[in-house]
Amino acid sequence: MTAIADAATLAGRDLLRLWRQPVWIFVTLVQPVVWLLLFGALFERVVDIPGFEGGDYKQYIVPGVLVMTAFFSSGWNGMATIEDLERGITDRLLVTPVRRWPLIAGRVGQNLVQVVIQSVIIVALALVTGVTFDGGVLGVAALILLAGLLGTAFAALSNALALVTRTEESLIGAVSFLQLPLTFLSTAFMQPALMPDWMAKAADFNPVDWAISGGREAVQAGTDWATVAGYAGLLAAFALAAFALATRAFRAYQAQV
Amino acid sequence: MIEAKDLRKQYGETRALDGLSFDVPKGTIFGLLGPNGAGKSTAVKVLTTLARADGGEARVAGHDVMREPAKVRRAIGVVGQSSGVDAQLTGRENVMLHGRLHGLRGRELGRRADALLEQFGLGDVARKVARTYSGGMQRRLDIAMGLVHRPAVLFLDEPTTGLDPEVRAEMWTEIRRLNEEEGLTILLTTHYLEEADRLASQLAIVDRGRVVASGSPDELKRTLEGDAIQVELEEPNNGAVTEALRGITALSEVTVEGRVLHGRSPDGARAVPAVLGALEAAGIAVASVKVARPSLDDVYLRYAGRSFEQADRKEESR
Repeated sequence: MTAIADAATLAGRDLLRLWRQPVWIFVTLVQPVVWLLLFGALFERVVDIPGFEGGDYKQYIVPGVLVMTAFFSSGWNGMATIEDLERGITDRLLVTPVRRWPLIAGRVGQNLVQVVIQSVIIVALALVTGVTFDGGVLGVAALILLAGLLGTAFAALSNALALVTRTEESLIGAVSFLQLPLTFLSTAFMQPALMPDWMAKAADFNPVDWAISGGREAVQAGTDWATVAGYAGLLAAFALAAFALATRAFRAYQAQV
Repeated sequence: MIEAKDLRKQYGETRALDGLSFDVPKGTIFGLLGPNGAGKSTAVKVLTTLARADGGEARVAGHDVMREPAKVRRAIGVVGQSSGVDAQLTGRENVMLHGRLHGLRGRELGRRADALLEQFGLGDVARKVARTYSGGMQRRLDIAMGLVHRPAVLFLDEPTTGLDPEVRAEMWTEIRRLNEEEGLTILLTTHYLEEADRLASQLAIVDRGRVVASGSPDELKRTLEGDAIQVELEEPNNGAVTEALRGITALSEVTVEGRVLHGRSPDGARAVPAVLGALEAAGIAVASVKVARPSLDDVYLRYAGRSFEQADRKEESR
């Protein structure tokens, strides 16, 4: 119980910090809007490619943009940990009675709040521009849940990397290296049938695609919930492994201080 | 309250702790004095459970630091060398955060935080973000954060490094007050001789990861008999200097570091003319001469085999 309360306290601290940075709030809230409008307009005529199913591209990319946004912002979660390391705050927290996992849970919890807020904005904007979610509220909730699980996994990995490398440069390098390849190695913007064979196969092993495929299944009419649950299970396992790894990373860090 | 026995820790090739041992009695201010890189901060990291020693053992407030880290953490307050303040939060939020993480809640925590902020002269700025604080204010906030859960032992790692002399003096008054009025046991590391001299009731002088001398500042100074003589030469001139001074019986413990010659004499004023005469006869030019009662610097020189300033500079340039 104490550990959960500690995680909530730490997540509260992180949210408060972000709340005090108006530029950050602006960017976080506006970026998904830009993605949706930009990609929607740029690839509008993709639907004309023979073999593309469905007539409206914007309808197609909403789950992809939503998951991509969660994936992108979660990758940077470890930046706060690097700042804490540099300022001596991490060392200070490690000698309080707080256990190691709430230190990660707090960061990841803050990230989850952010992912949910961004997702709701994207859904609202999509509705305004005429996109329909045939899977209803439940389908949308499932989509956001999958994006949240994916975000949690990458936020935890980002923290693990921060604790091991301890430099901004390494983290920025690793995150930028992964972001675009993993996004384009998924069905975010292109249907699997139209992707080169090897890419479609690779996408099956890409957690980003698990969230997109599962989310797309959830928001369409006649959802196959077993498929959605399968993707959710994969993502939950991935998130749990990443979380365990990040908690262990404190041990690696403390061996070096 | 703190017992460190034969602590050892190695970072790659560097031996940070090399059999460090000392005892801190309850209710004292205990100073670990040594130049940068002597192992003081490593000792604090081990005693506060942040780092693990490779060997030896230590108990803090009755608990083993390696086997019962959770119990130790509940009993200690730690103010590290780098600030633990979150600059985006207000002073009050910082104190409240640490209070909550120590299990304090609700109105009791609020009252405790306000009282501490008031006590450390931060009452007026408690609701401003810490980014706007001066260095001295941030350091006081740091200490307030470390005291919110009423620890039995407070660790202060280089508490006045980087502060103005004026602010440093205020900090000394505050640290002494915590010890005298609240009976807090304090372990303080410092590389300022004056700070150790003024604050610590017991001292351990640390050099290259081990304690080379310990006792109260006065006891340590008493172990040195006579006056310290320091001669600054125009040019570094090692071998010839010792040779030239060999015949002077009133002078002992002669060491030369670069351009500075240290010696010791039962009667400094009497020895100086003889020393100057001998140096002149050997054709060694002298820039200045100083005679002084023993200081902690001399104690350090005696036990560590090099002057404090020299050791400090050497470690910094590494």
